[in-house]
Amino acid sequence: MNRVVVIGAGPAGLAAARAAAALGVEVVLVDAGPKLGGQYFRQDALASEDRFSFPGGVEHVPDAAVWAVEPIHGGHRVHLRIGAADDPSRTGRVLETRALVLATGAFDRVLPFPGWDLPGVFTAGGAQAMAKGQGVAAGDRVLVAGTGPFLLPVASSLAAAGARVVEVAEANAAVTGWLSRPRGVFAGWPKLPELARHVSALARHRVPYRSRTAVVRAHGSEWVESVTVARLDREWTPVPGSERRVEVDAVAVGFGFTPQLELAVAARCRIEGGFVAVDAAQGTSAPGVFAAGEVTGIGGADLAASEGAVAGAAAAKRLGAVVDPPLGAMARVRSGRRFAAALEAAYPVRGGWTDWLRDDTIVCRCEEVDLRRLMSAVDERDLGGVRSLKLASGAGLGLCQGRVCGRNVAELAGLDGTAFARRRIASPLRLGELAEAEPEAEAVEVPDRALGQDFG
Amino acid sequence: MRVTWDGEEIEAREGQTVAAVLTARGVRSWRTTRVAGRPRGLFCGIGVCFDCLVKVNGVPDVRACQRVVADGDDIRPQAGAELPS
Amino acid sequence: MSPIESADVVVVGAGIIGAACAEALSRAGRRVLVVDRGAPAGATTASGEGNVLLSDKAPGPELALALAARRRWPALLESLRGELGDLADVEWEAKGGLVVATSPDSVGSLRIISDAQREAGVEVHSLGPEGARKLEPHLTGTVTAAAHYPEDAQLHPVLAATALLAAVRARGGAVVGGVEADGLVVRGGRVAGVRIGGAAVPCGAVVNACGPWAGHFSVAAGAPIEVMPRRGMILVTAPLPPLVRRKVYAADYVAAVSSGDVDLQVSTVVESTAAGTVLIGSSRQRVGFDDSLEVEVLRRLARNAIRLFPVLEGVPVMRAYGGFRPYTPDHLPVIGEDPRMRGLWHASGHEGAGIGLAPATGRLLADLMDGRRPEVDPVPFRVDRPALMAEVRT
Repeated sequence: MNRVVVIGAGPAGLAAARAAAALGVEVVLVDAGPKLGGQYFRQDALASEDRFSFPGGVEHVPDAAVWAVEPIHGGHRVHLRIGAADDPSRTGRVLETRALVLATGAFDRVLPFPGWDLPGVFTAGGAQAMAKGQGVAAGDRVLVAGTGPFLLPVASSLAAAGARVVEVAEANAAVTGWLSRPRGVFAGWPKLPELARHVSALARHRVPYRSRTAVVRAHGSEWVESVTVARLDREWTPVPGSERRVEVDAVAVGFGFTPQLELAVAARCRIEGGFVAVDAAQGTSAPGVFAAGEVTGIGGADLAASEGAVAGAAAAKRLGAVVDPPLGAMARVRSGRRFAAALEAAYPVRGGWTDWLRDDTIVCRCEEVDLRRLMSAVDERDLGGVRSLKLASGAGLGLCQGRVCGRNVAELAGLDGTAFARRRIASPLRLGELAEAEPEAEAVEVPDRALGQDFG
Repeated sequence: MRVTWDGEEIEAREGQTVAAVLTARGVRSWRTTRVAGRPRGLFCGIGVCFDCLVKVNGVPDVRACQRVVADGDDIRPQAGAELPS
Repeated sequence: MSPIESADVVVVGAGIIGAACAEALSRAGRRVLVVDRGAPAGATTASGEGNVLLSDKAPGPELALALAARRRWPALLESLRGELGDLADVEWEAKGGLVVATSPDSVGSLRIISDAQREAGVEVHSLGPEGARKLEPHLTGTVTAAAHYPEDAQLHPVLAATALLAAVRARGGAVVGGVEADGLVVRGGRVAGVRIGGAAVPCGAVVNACGPWAGHFSVAAGAPIEVMPRRGMILVTAPLPPLVRRKVYAADYVAAVSSGDVDLQVSTVVESTAAGTVLIGSSRQRVGFDDSLEVEVLRRLARNAIRLFPVLEGVPVMRAYGGFRPYTPDHLPVIGEDPRMRGLWHASGHEGAGIGLAPATGRLLADLMDGRRPEVDPVPFRVDRPALMAEVRT
C-alpha cells in the first residue's frame, strides 16, 4: 500500500508526517505515547485536549510499541503491539511500507557514580517528563547535574512543578559564559532567547549554577538523602578536597543523549559514529528508510523538525508524489547541524568520569553488574567485542538491553559500543503476544521500477 | 478513579501513569532487585530503563512510567523476578 | 601484528572449537597462535546455549565423541582451575536433560532411541507423565512419556572459550583477534606457514577451526570441504524465578537436528540460565549467512514453548538472537588432517553441538597430530569421507 509509516511523534516525526501528508500521501504515525509530541513537546497527560492536530491523511496510532522491524522484499514490515503499556492484552498490528521514516529520538545518557542506583536518582529527562507530563516533582530538594544546556529547562520544569532546585551542576563550562556574548559558533542560534529565559529564572530563584562540578556520589539507604558534589578538572577528575555534601531528596542527571537506534539497525541502516548516517534527503543506506531527528545526531527540536520535514517529503517522493526539493528545510538542517556540532564540542563527556567509580559501583543496573565484575571480564578474558563482553560480564543483558549502560560499558572496556544497539526485539512483549497470530499485514505493492531515494 | 496500591485504595486521575500516582503519594520505590534485593523506583521516566517495574493486575514487569492507570487497577510492588499470577 | 612471529601450530578461529584445539595442543607442549578475524568467542560460540548433551545423539560416532567429551569437560575444568583459578569458573552445571513426548505416537520412538542410547553407555531413565512432571512441575499436562538424562550438562560458552584461550596464553601461546588468515604458505606440498593480513607467519601446521566459515577458509587454503552455515534463533525471556530446572525438549528435536532439510525446522527446547532467563529454541534454517529477522520463526518458537510450558505465556520476551551453526551434509564433525595438504587440519562441522564436543575434538586432533592412539575412533570424522569432499572423488 502506498503510505508512509513514521515511527515516533516527536518534533521530527510530527514534521515528517505533516510534510508527507501535505504532498497528498497517506501517512501512519506510530508512537509509544498516548499523545503526540514525544519527549520534547511533552504534553500534559491530565489535560483532555491535544495541542496537535493533523490535516487529513494522517492516521495517528498512539500507545503503540514497535517491537520489530522486519526487512521484506521491497520494503519493511513494522510489527506493533497496541494498548496499555506492557499489558498482555495489547492487540497486534502489522504495517508494511515502502517508505519508512524513523524518528525514534534519543534518551538521556547517565554516567554511573556510587549510589546512582538509589531511588531518587533520576535521569534529567525522566524528572522533566514527570514534571511536564504528570505535574509531579521528582522531590522537594532536587539537584540537577550533568552537562549541556538541557539541564536548564529541566531545572525550570522542576521548579514549576513545585520542587526546590538546590543547585545546577554543569560538568563543562557554564552556558552563561557564551550566552551573554553569543559570538562565533553560537551567534544566531534560535535557542538563545529560550536559554536566556531559563538562566534568568534560575537567578531569580537564587539557584546556584556551577560549572566544572558534578555529583560524584549519592548517599542513602532506601532513597537518596544527600549527594557528594565535587569540582572537576578539565578531564573531569574530581579535584581533591573540593568535595562537599549537599542534602537532597532527588537528583536529576543527564550527560547528553543516546540515540534510540535499534529500529534503524534492524532496518539495516548504516550507523556512523553512533548515529544513523543520512544523505541530504535524510535517506539512510537502506532503500526506502529515512531517518530524522536525534537518531541522526543530537541537535534539538528545531533541527529535528527541519530534518523531519525533509524526510517526510523524501518519503512521499519515494511513493511517487511529485515533490520539489524542500530547500528551506534543507537549509535549516544545514545550519542546525552547525549549531549541533558546536554544542557537541562545547559539552563533551570527558574521560575522567571513570574516576568517580569504585569497584562496587553498579555499572549495569538491570543485571546489577559492578565495575569489578565488568573489568575482570575485560582484563582477564581478553574480550574484543561487545557480544562476548555482554555474555561474559552480564552487562547489557537485562531488560533495557544495554540502553542505559551500553555506552558507558563500551567506554570502560575500550570497545565500540554500537553493537549494543542490535536489539532484534525492540520492546519486550509477552510470549503469548508473540505466539498470537498477527492480523494480516497491510501490505505494500512493490513497484516495477525502483524509485528514487533523494530529490535528484 | 480509584486504584489500589498494595491492597490500599487510593485516588488517581485520568491520564496519570502508575509512577505519577505512586510518586504523588510519596511512594518512591516499588520494586527490589533480583540479586541484591536493592530498592528501585523511577529512573528514566520515559520507558527506556525498565527500572520502575511494578505488578499491575497480577502481571509483573510492567513499566510504571509508561503504564497509564485504569479504574480499579490492582497495583503491587514487585520483588525481584516474579511470575504472572 | 602478532606477538608471535612463528608458532608450531596456528589455529584459525577463536571460537570454542579453536580454543579447545589450541588448549589441547598447548597442553601437549606446542607453541600455539590462535587468530580470529573478529573477537574471540564472539560469533557461533556466543550464540550457543552451552549444551553438553548426550540425550540428543543417536548411537554412532557422534555419541561416542560426545561421551568422551562429557567425561573430559569436568576433568578439563578442574585442571584449568589449577592453572587459572576463578577464570575457570564457567558456570558448569550437570543439570540433566528431559526429553518429552506429547503425543501417543511419539512414545514408542522415544523408547526405542533411549533404549539404544542406554545400550551405548548413556544413563537414561524412562518416565511416565507423573515422573516427568515431578522433575519439571510446570510441564504441560499433555506429556505422554519422557526420558531423563542426568548426565546432560550446561556451561557458559563464552566463559568456557575464553578460559581455554587464557590457558593457551598462560602456556606461552598467543591469541590475536581482529586479524584474518587468508591463505597458506605451502612449501614442498605441505604447510609451511599461514598468511595473515599479507604477512606470512611460519608454522608447522594450521588448524581450520572457523566454524560455519570453515568452508570459506578451506577454499582460501586450497583444500575445500563442505561446511555450510545453518541458522538458528533463540528467544530469551526476562529473568524469572526458578521455573525450568533441566534442559527440556520435545522428542521431535532429535529428528530436526538430524534432518538435512533446507527449509525451516522448529523444534522445542526450553531451559533456564544462571542469570534467571529462560532460553527458547530452536530453529534450523539453511539460508546462507543471512541473519535478518524473521518474525514467523520467533512466533513458532514462542508457540512451541508455551505448548510445553503453559506458564511461559505471560512472561516477557526481551531478546532474540541468532547465529550460524557449522553444518556438514552427513551431520558429523570433520576432525583430522587434510590428505590433499599435509599440515592443514580441520576441526569444524559440529553443528549445534560444538560446545559439548569441544574438549574431545581438541584432544582427538592433538592425539592425531602427535601420533598418539586416540580415545575415540577418528575414522568417521576424517576429512576425505565422501560426504565432505564430493569434488575430490570426481
